[in-house]
Amino acid sequence: MRGFWGKALAIAWKDILAEARTKDMVLSMLVFSILVIIVFNFAFESSAEQTAQVAPGVLWVTFTFAGVLGMNRSFVQEKDRGCLEGLMLCPLDRGVIYTGKMLGNFIFMLLVEVIVLPVFSILFNLPLFAPRLVLITVLATLAFSTAGTLFAAIAVNTRARDFMLPILFIPVVVPVIIAAVQASGLALAPGPGEGYWSWLQLIVVFVVIFLAVSFLVFEYVLEE
Amino acid sequence: MTSGNPWAIEAQGLTKLFGPRPALLGVDLRVPRGAFLSVFGPNGAGKSTLIRSLATIMRPTAGKVMLEGLDAARHGGEVRRLLGVVTHQTLLYPDLTAQENLEFYARMYDVPRRRERIAYLADLVGLEGRLDQVVGTLSRGLQQRVALARALLHDPPILLLDEPETGLDPQAQGMLGDLLRRVDGQERTVVMATHSLERGLELGDRLAILVRGRLAYESTKEALNLEALRSTYRHLAAAGE
Amino acid sequence: MEKGLTVRDRFGGASLLTGLNLAMMVAALYLALLWAPTEAEQGNVQRIFYFHVPLAWVSFLAFFVVFVGSLIYLWRRSRWWDALAHASAEIGVVFTTLVLVTGSIWARPIWGVWWTWDPRLTTTTIMWLIYLAYLLVRSYATESSQGARFAAVLGIVGFIDVPLVALAIVWWRTLHPGPIIPQGGVDPSMLFVLFFSLATFTLFYVLLMMGRVRLRLAQDRLEELKYQRMQGD
Repeated sequence: MRGFWGKALAIAWKDILAEARTKDMVLSMLVFSILVIIVFNFAFESSAEQTAQVAPGVLWVTFTFAGVLGMNRSFVQEKDRGCLEGLMLCPLDRGVIYTGKMLGNFIFMLLVEVIVLPVFSILFNLPLFAPRLVLITVLATLAFSTAGTLFAAIAVNTRARDFMLPILFIPVVVPVIIAAVQASGLALAPGPGEGYWSWLQLIVVFVVIFLAVSFLVFEYVLEE
Repeated sequence: MTSGNPWAIEAQGLTKLFGPRPALLGVDLRVPRGAFLSVFGPNGAGKSTLIRSLATIMRPTAGKVMLEGLDAARHGGEVRRLLGVVTHQTLLYPDLTAQENLEFYARMYDVPRRRERIAYLADLVGLEGRLDQVVGTLSRGLQQRVALARALLHDPPILLLDEPETGLDPQAQGMLGDLLRRVDGQERTVVMATHSLERGLELGDRLAILVRGRLAYESTKEALNLEALRSTYRHLAAAGE
Repeated sequence: MEKGLTVRDRFGGASLLTGLNLAMMVAALYLALLWAPTEAEQGNVQRIFYFHVPLAWVSFLAFFVVFVGSLIYLWRRSRWWDALAHASAEIGVVFTTLVLVTGSIWARPIWGVWWTWDPRLTTTTIMWLIYLAYLLVRSYATESSQGARFAAVLGIVGFIDVPLVALAIVWWRTLHPGPIIPQGGVDPSMLFVLFFSLATFTLFYVLLMMGRVRLRLAQDRLEELKYQRMQGD
């Protein structure tokens, strides 16, 4: 078990190391996120209270698409010099490769969110530092990474690696998007936020299911 | 390792179909321990498919691969520890340094005393002073040396090489040949796929020709009639294209 | 050729069933459009229910078959199971499209809108998108066995995901209640027509599957023959 986590962390770590050198992925996700927010601002040009209503939606649309961008990139990098094959040649359980890539994707998305959330809160005049919003953001991001890593590994091996990921990923993560938007709305609204914990549970169930299934099927995604 | 079995590599009825097209068709191959087998064939003959199937990263449609007596389909983890692979792609992360790449892979292979092993291999393949350079900025020849060091990290008894000289200048090619010969010194089994008859004959002590996914010829170097082979190869290569 | 790849169908004697199904179709049309009593509140529009519900049932059945076929394909790697899953996904997508269309036609006079984000409608739409992706990933694969593997993964993941989608959407909609289909007592003769129609559509699905699987295996065989011809073997 120690070997498992040691190696999974090493896979995530080499992604972080490479990213620290180029900053490609995080920068493009960041710029993209800010562009989306600005475009939404034009689309909804609205009063303060309306803003509060659409804000959770805007936030999660942004994170969903930024996530797609980043996760796709993370596997394109693996594929370019045959590194994915290099990993497959190692005496590793396929679950280790999945976990390592998933952790890397999770960390990159969190990093982007840590920067985007304050920018968002300034641009829309919203108090976004509610602990419950942070909790739902972390969990929903984990859910995105579990499903996204599986589908990114598929997408990068197809002839349409640039647009296959959103087509595969978005319908499947609909439950997470709904739960995240609803729970964020409840976290931002004044009052006890009835129902918040049910949405949280839904996301946890999604994470558990996708971890289990991805572990079982990742082998079939990688083999040739 | 199994002691009674003289074969490092055995393939039985190895077949790989891509849709209706067979990339390999019923290939039976046996390589004795310590041999250097050169596999020739024109482009599209199935050389890469053969190497990838032996390397366990491609699942054959039919047939099986045994490495040191272990069934590759069933003992994936153990079999992968026996293999070092160099292909025409470097399998290296271009944004990491050579040292970081090698350390990463050494960790994946559970190599003990990683730093010493990496220093030793860097010396062996001629990478002195280049270890801290980002791989993407190294020349193709140097990258291929890192790739070779990567393949040797866990001291594998079997080396599989798929056109390892692609993209190298003649000087670097000579260098690689020397390295392989030296590496060959230590009871290692090597299979090298190449389209260059000259290089394959120079390095290998056995050879095989693949044409359209079938094994068309196999011989040891001593038993070989060079002229006959050359003409056969040209004939087959022409027919294959 | 290997066993299981031959075109000689594993589904012989389909023509008798086809005839039977044709007769059932005509009977179902008669029963649904003329014989069944007119619903008191909705009037004749309600008769679309006898097609809408069986279509939805067949869609779910089809996607369940995709799930089973995908699991067995990954386990056994037999082309037959892949062909089964593929055929079922295609039919499932067509039937789901029809579910959405009939639902929309039904919604217009009853709810006054062509479309509403009703939980069932929304879930069906997401399911439709998941299985469209299933068909797309197949066509964008670099080669057919890769496409089969990727599709099988989606066939499994998608089927497990649909209940979660449904749950999330139902919770979401209960927060903003949408229109609800009037649920009166159902006349026994209406139930009879519904079940007859269900049987008819299920048999229709089975027949379509038989034809489509056979066609797919024949296509594979044709590709092989073409290839061999090209090679002059």
